[in-house]
Amino acid sequence: MRLGTVIATLAIASGVATAAVAAEVAPGDVAFTDDGVAMSLTGTAGDPDEGAKVFKNKKLGNCLACHANTAMEKELFHGNVGPVLDGVAGRYSTEQLRAIVTNSKQMFTQDTVMPGFYSLEVGKDVTKDLVGKTILAAQQVEDVVAYLGTLKE
Amino acid sequence: MNNISLFITGPVIALALAAGIAAVKADPVDDTLTIDGKEMISRAKAPEGHPFDEVMSGWLFRTAETRALEADTFVNPGMLEVEEGGAIWNTVEGTAGKSCASCHGDAAESMKDVGANYPKWDSDSGRPINIELQINKCREKNMGAEPYAFDKGGQKALTAYVKHQSLGTPVSIDLGQGEMQNWWDRGKELYYTRTGQLNLSCASCHEANMGKMIRADHLSQGQINGFPTYRLKQGKLISVHNRFRGCIRDTRAEMPKAFSDELMALEVYVTWRGTGLSVETPAVRQ
Ligand code: HEC
Ligand code: HEC
Ligand code: HEC
Repeated sequence: MRLGTVIATLAIASGVATAAVAAEVAPGDVAFTDDGVAMSLTGTAGDPDEGAKVFKNKKLGNCLACHANTAMEKELFHGNVGPVLDGVAGRYSTEQLRAIVTNSKQMFTQDTVMPGFYSLEVGKDVTKDLVGKTILAAQQVEDVVAYLGTLKE
Repeated sequence: MNNISLFITGPVIALALAAGIAAVKADPVDDTLTIDGKEMISRAKAPEGHPFDEVMSGWLFRTAETRALEADTFVNPGMLEVEEGGAIWNTVEGTAGKSCASCHGDAAESMKDVGANYPKWDSDSGRPINIELQINKCREKNMGAEPYAFDKGGQKALTAYVKHQSLGTPVSIDLGQGEMQNWWDRGKELYYTRTGQLNLSCASCHEANMGKMIRADHLSQGQINGFPTYRLKQGKLISVHNRFRGCIRDTRAEMPKAFSDELMALEVYVTWRGTGLSVETPAVRQ
């Protein structure tokens, strides 16, 4: 429930209107191609500042659990389960970054340990109150993708 | 709502962030654990069919401060509870008017090395039995006392006391007993099954990423040779099934009940994965 409240609050804070939410692509309908995910999940441009917050937040992206990111040097404890994200915008297009964050298994392999942040391809026995829910909301994915776009060498 | 916080944050470890965040040193240390002058086996050649060549105690993955706490039983904070376990051993309880000591005498002799060979097959219940369940069996059958509820009463203290009588002895379980092999198979399947919204299996963290940092935590092989362990974060002894449940919860999955078939199968399999490591109970962890 709390996650829902957080999302709702963020949505209001970043000025996402109900109309935009209604136009969201559902997790099962995201179209992956060889080039990644071409279409925005919401039609609303991502906000990199919001994206940075989602990236850091342990209850949302928690990306630092597995990735180091020099741009966030002030944050304590960067993991090294995944690659360092410095300069990642130079390695991938926006479409590819959107695909990685939406469902990394589509971009890497089924074996990747990176969670799919806007996917219902999940593990067994999901906590009851999270069944049918994605880790991030569609707009949060767009925000994180916009933030990743700022990570240039 | 602890279950939506992805990863446990340990106490503040002085990570060398200054040296560049990408270059975090995260290998298991090259160090020897000696407890009260007795050398522990904290690295052992893995048994046949094991995914690693070498099995390693979780002690090797902890900070120098945490490691030092375990090397001296006088400073090991888990020893207080072990001593409580010793007091329970001698306490009469139940309708038969007996204590553990009434039948088993001096634990240093009767329980020596016993804990290193658990779980064992229990033909009475037709399933594997661990020390916690064996204690409950003796309480019910031999003492006329109520079984302990999970982690309640003296369960952790008494289990730690019994296990401590095997300090230093290499872990070895007999998969030839009863249907132990079937339970091992089931445990192995569970170990590799991805659970929860985060879609991770035990192997995702403790095998594929062993030695890496996950936020502030240095990922070990997830061995159970030191359980019950004293966790500095919680300031008390933590049982094996509590630890299993915590790791499963962190994948954002429903947790199986303590002593359920799932967790008993996992305990059989994970114990085997630590074959050859010394029993360290009570180990000290972050
Ligand atoms: C549980 C660990 C984990 C978490 C949490 C995680 N990732 Fe990843 N990530 C990985 C791994 C591992 C890879 C490498 C791909 C592979 O081979 O599986 C990766 C790869 C990536 C890549 C490609 C990097 C490159 O240089 O190739 C990007 C971009 C990325 N992750 C972004 C994110 C973002 C953004 C988040 C948070 C919303 C996140 N990750 C959270 C584990 C994780
Ligand atoms: C009335 C006598 C009696 C009492 C009291 C008793 N036990 Fe036992 N215990 C036995 C017998 C007999 C066995 C072996 C057969 C069995 O498994 O029941 C046993 C087996 C055990 C074992 C397994 C030993 C092995 O080699 O695998 C442990 C551990 C144990 N008891 C612990 C305890 C503890 C702890 C207490 C006190 C809470 C206790 N017992 C109380 C009679 C007793
Ligand atoms: C998201 C990653 C993750 C997953 C998945 C995970 N664990 Fe853990 N586990 C940890 C972390 C972090 C620790 C604390 C540091 C360490 O010892 O690795 C830990 C610690 C442990 C320990 C204590 C080790 C010791 O030395 O005291 C055991 C046992 C354990 N895990 C078993 C499991 C089992 C069994 C599973 C699958 C049911 C599992 N873990 C799944 C992250 C994970």
